[in-house]
Amino acid sequence: MVIQNYSLGPIDLASIIPYVAMGTILGFILLIVPFVIWFERVVIALMQDRLGPNRVGPRGLLQTIADGVKLFFKEDLEPAAVDRSLYYMAPVLALIPALAAGAALPFASISLRMADGSVKSLPLVAGNVNIGILFILALSSLQVYGIVLAGWASNNKYSLLGGLRSSAQMISYELPMSLAILTGILMSGSLNLVDVVNSQAGSILDWNFFKLNPATGFFFPLGLIAGMIYLVAMVAETNRAPFDLPEAESELIAGFHTEYSSMKFAMFFMGEYASMLVVSGIATALWFGGWHAPFDFVLWNWIPGGIWFLAKLTFFIGVYVWLRATLPRLRYDALMNIGWKRLLPLSIVVLFAVATVDAFFFTKDTPAAISAPATPPSGTLTPMAAPGGGQ
Amino acid sequence: MYNPVKGAAEAILPIVSGMKLTMKHYLRMINPVTRKDANETIQYPEERREQFPRTRWRHYLTRYDNGLEKCIGCSLCAGACPARCIYVQAAENTDEERVSPGERFAVKYEINMLRCIFCGYCQEACPTGAIVLRKDFELANYNREDFLYTKEMLLEPLSTGTRIPLTPR
Repeated sequence: MVIQNYSLGPIDLASIIPYVAMGTILGFILLIVPFVIWFERVVIALMQDRLGPNRVGPRGLLQTIADGVKLFFKEDLEPAAVDRSLYYMAPVLALIPALAAGAALPFASISLRMADGSVKSLPLVAGNVNIGILFILALSSLQVYGIVLAGWASNNKYSLLGGLRSSAQMISYELPMSLAILTGILMSGSLNLVDVVNSQAGSILDWNFFKLNPATGFFFPLGLIAGMIYLVAMVAETNRAPFDLPEAESELIAGFHTEYSSMKFAMFFMGEYASMLVVSGIATALWFGGWHAPFDFVLWNWIPGGIWFLAKLTFFIGVYVWLRATLPRLRYDALMNIGWKRLLPLSIVVLFAVATVDAFFFTKDTPAAISAPATPPSGTLTPMAAPGGGQ
Repeated sequence: MYNPVKGAAEAILPIVSGMKLTMKHYLRMINPVTRKDANETIQYPEERREQFPRTRWRHYLTRYDNGLEKCIGCSLCAGACPARCIYVQAAENTDEERVSPGERFAVKYEINMLRCIFCGYCQEACPTGAIVLRKDFELANYNREDFLYTKEMLLEPLSTGTRIPLTPR
């Protein structure tokens, strides 16, 4: 689908795309969260032979909105002994980084016919940063402060325990997560998420999760393992079941948000679901081909890329819910064991294996790029844009 | 020696079997054919669970088939009640105004439902089987006064509508 690049003086369609993308991603995350919560409640209910919410609106769709209205009108309690400034800052710190990380997430591409007749494919992304994945990693590590500060500022032993658990857990799982992401960007040959997605164009075989197209890159079991490590670490990073130790209801009441009520609690809740959406979006972009269709059929390619992205995102949210409905919470030592003794060594091994395969089989242009650095490719954001890190 | 492949299999296979189980239940619930059997939820105000036959809930004062009240005002129920929630005031039957087949009938019969513990001792103590506990369990109310059930509330309505006078013995 090609759209004419309309222009109005100096402003044309291509130049407002980042603003459109920014509004879309922000609006999407904020507006979809109630329905993600509804989806989770209904699916978990069905998995437990229950019906779930079905009273407010059709099939209970408006239940979460009613809950939000209720939360909005609840009393905003503030315990006597809290550290006031940190206590008020923590929910904001839990929500804002999750929303900001969405800025570097490309979620669709749009084809524009330029004035000279050429067709240009532009990604829908608020900030097409050339180190997009690092930006997202930085913001996701910032998110732990919201939870730790909430636990600290509440002046409550359960909150403090929840915050401590969260800091230990997020630090432990950030390492395998970063190494898995490094594996993925090594396979794609770029830190820019748009280039990462474009390197997976084609069919399901070109996705980094499978990557068994001998023409562009053959990393088959390695991408799968790294992708699985990322998926496990992503669940742990967002403090979701079975890694929901920071808010373990049965042990810590509600963990870090025990002392929070009203809209401050709602902001923690929003932050959790927003970060779920963002890390699922990164998983989609990094491992599952972003907005590209799984098979290179004409009919499938007519479906807009955003729809494919949304479908993959929905799949990951479904996996989140499925895990929560199935698995009991991990014991603390088991959590640390998996993080440090299993995932971390495995991700290092996979990273080295991918680097080796990449260096010996698929990298042919790198020596030239090293030997001739005199003319850096100006204008383009990445020097290695070819699919699979080579030709 | 630790075998990493065996260790990974021991960790992952139980997770897979658990995930399969929840997915099986999910598929059973979204399939309209099997949904009725799989679903455990009873949509309360619209549908109610059938109570067990001997469930003890709301009291009723019963009548004979001819419409006369079974209660003879003997106050044995009030005596048997461990919560002391029954008050009975008896009056004499006359041939002109006959309420129960015996000599006396209950002119006042009150149960304080806030005190009642639904033990059913009144039903056991009743010599004529007048007071019975039935399955109506929705006894909530807004005012404390409304929990004081009077004889008019407890007495079951006339089934035939007309009272057939009993021939005096």
